[in-house]
Amino acid sequence: MSFNDWVNERLPVGQAIKDHLTEYYAPKNFNFWYFFGALSLVVLILQIVTGVLLAMNYKPDAELAFASVEYIMRDVWGGWFVRYMHSTGASFFFILIYLHMFRGLLYGSYKNPRELIWIFGMVIYIAMMATAFFGYLLPWGQMSFWGAQVIVNLFETLPIIGESLSQWIRGDYVISDITLNRFYAFHYLIPFILVGLVVLHILALHQVGSNNPDGVEIKKGPKGNKWSKDAPADGVPFHPYYTVKDIMGLSVFLIFFFAVVFFMPEMGGYFIEQPNFEPANPLKTPEHIAPVWYFTPYYAILRAVPSFAGTQVWGVLAMGAAIAVFFFLPWLDRSPVKSVRYKGPSTRLYLIIFAVAFLVLGWLGTLPPTTGYTAMSQFLTVVYFLFFFLMPCYSGTGDNKGMSGLVLFVISVLLYLGALFLWWVQTPDLALSIKVLYTLLGAAILLYFGVRPGWIKPDAVKPVPERVTG
Amino acid sequence: MTDDHVNSKRRRLLTVATSAVGAVGAVGLVVPFAGSLSPSEKAKAAGAPVKVDISKLETGQQITVEWRGKPVWVIKRSQEALDFLPEMTPSLVDPDSDADQQPEYAKNEFRSIKGDVLVLVGICTHLGCSPKYRPELSTSVDGAFLCACHGSRFDLAGRVYSNVPAPKNLEVPPHMYLSDTEILIGSDEGATS
Repeated sequence: MSFNDWVNERLPVGQAIKDHLTEYYAPKNFNFWYFFGALSLVVLILQIVTGVLLAMNYKPDAELAFASVEYIMRDVWGGWFVRYMHSTGASFFFILIYLHMFRGLLYGSYKNPRELIWIFGMVIYIAMMATAFFGYLLPWGQMSFWGAQVIVNLFETLPIIGESLSQWIRGDYVISDITLNRFYAFHYLIPFILVGLVVLHILALHQVGSNNPDGVEIKKGPKGNKWSKDAPADGVPFHPYYTVKDIMGLSVFLIFFFAVVFFMPEMGGYFIEQPNFEPANPLKTPEHIAPVWYFTPYYAILRAVPSFAGTQVWGVLAMGAAIAVFFFLPWLDRSPVKSVRYKGPSTRLYLIIFAVAFLVLGWLGTLPPTTGYTAMSQFLTVVYFLFFFLMPCYSGTGDNKGMSGLVLFVISVLLYLGALFLWWVQTPDLALSIKVLYTLLGAAILLYFGVRPGWIKPDAVKPVPERVTG
Repeated sequence: MTDDHVNSKRRRLLTVATSAVGAVGAVGLVVPFAGSLSPSEKAKAAGAPVKVDISKLETGQQITVEWRGKPVWVIKRSQEALDFLPEMTPSLVDPDSDADQQPEYAKNEFRSIKGDVLVLVGICTHLGCSPKYRPELSTSVDGAFLCACHGSRFDLAGRVYSNVPAPKNLEVPPHMYLSDTEILIGSDEGATS
């Protein structure tokens, strides 16, 4: 009996390798966009390894934390390298995940039967944001402190429970040593939960099989390829075909990654913000505070909503909704096809508008608020939400909006009217031309994507081929 | 003993009862777990009042002291700035300080015990940044305090402007005069009521 047999009788290692690598048949037409899942996994592992190494020299104590980071940077052998890999890795993790999510939007990877994969993915995204947030407090710099102050205070705006909830999170009345200590514990814990979530994400993926740029279900297509007569004809074994392809992608990725690690680890203040080179001072807020770039689109949405009825909870709710709305995507998209290649022109157009709105919101979130920028954030917040809320109207091919589509359309109209109220009544110092521009653009989006009057052709889809192309 | 007769009714009762007892146990365990995250006795105790000497405070000047880990400002306002305060009324959310953001003795047009000396918790009521004092704008509609984080503005009595993110006026902490030149922040010996 060989050693392999001995192990396999006790633990099905060989079977797992077959199921998930050598005999997992992935569509043969994966393109550039399909690198980012595998690359994210590599970065997650890199973050855990560098994180554990940093933990061996870091001290989660308000008196010692800032100095221990400097100690890592100056006195620990290779400490600067490990820390810059970790801080750069955090930003690159988000870059990869945003590209990975956009791939899902492009090719309808969230649609039936992949709803659960999408939902696990969103939970992963939220767990990543929590990890990043907890981690950003650890260097105990000015931005660490005031960033945490603002984010924890978001919970304080909730009615009734808000104040005790935020105290419970901090373990104190202000961000303090106690808060730092527990954030460190969470920052160390969540990545391991992330690994578990990634396992679920991949298991759910391998249960239904991968989507592809054509959105064709290869499992429903003809059977039989050169490796197996039962496997999908359009599938190739993940190993060695995609492992080799992903290694090539990884090599290119690492060139960019290490260019940043070695030559611009602060990335001009976007990856490590300048005020964080100053120790935390609870008595003085930095001149301009902004979260790290990967949170700024939501931050811009938060700032876009003014307080109303004596509470700021609305902005917080809008920010929460901006993330939560992604969970409903599989049911908002009524298109009979998955891939953008075969979807109608309005779906394609709004996807581009949405991507631009998301990027511009991210840019606005890094800037100090002015009347003009706030109005722009308000306009783009409406554009952001209408992408989702009008989806039942513009993605369907016929009159299949349904009751939920109608309700969401009404919500969209209310959202637009709310923005009009802010521009025309609440902001007297906003330029008239800007008000008119946003009003007309908003109305155009509502009419074109929501109402779809008779003279706009229904969003017909192009015929989807039987087999994958290319 | 034979197993062809299974009393499924009794079995279900036992399953439900076991689950219920287990659930009660789990909830019981959550209490100490969640409770251990709330502020400790040490954190609760760290709230001693702070004495501030204002004998050297000049008109327009701001000093910042730490009370309960938060910045507390003491600012001496000029007569000109005080005269300007009523003009701000139309742009404010709560010009008469109706919201419970100050002790009773500071609920007046200057939001202070003595007109010229303003005592405020320097934490924005929006999301907790510390606004910036702009003495040069004491008599301007732009607002003497600007919170750089989210653009909230307040006048020189800490009253919030309408149409900014912050919903409430800045908080006036409990405080009292020990003498003409010394303020105790964090205690007013029950003068609140």
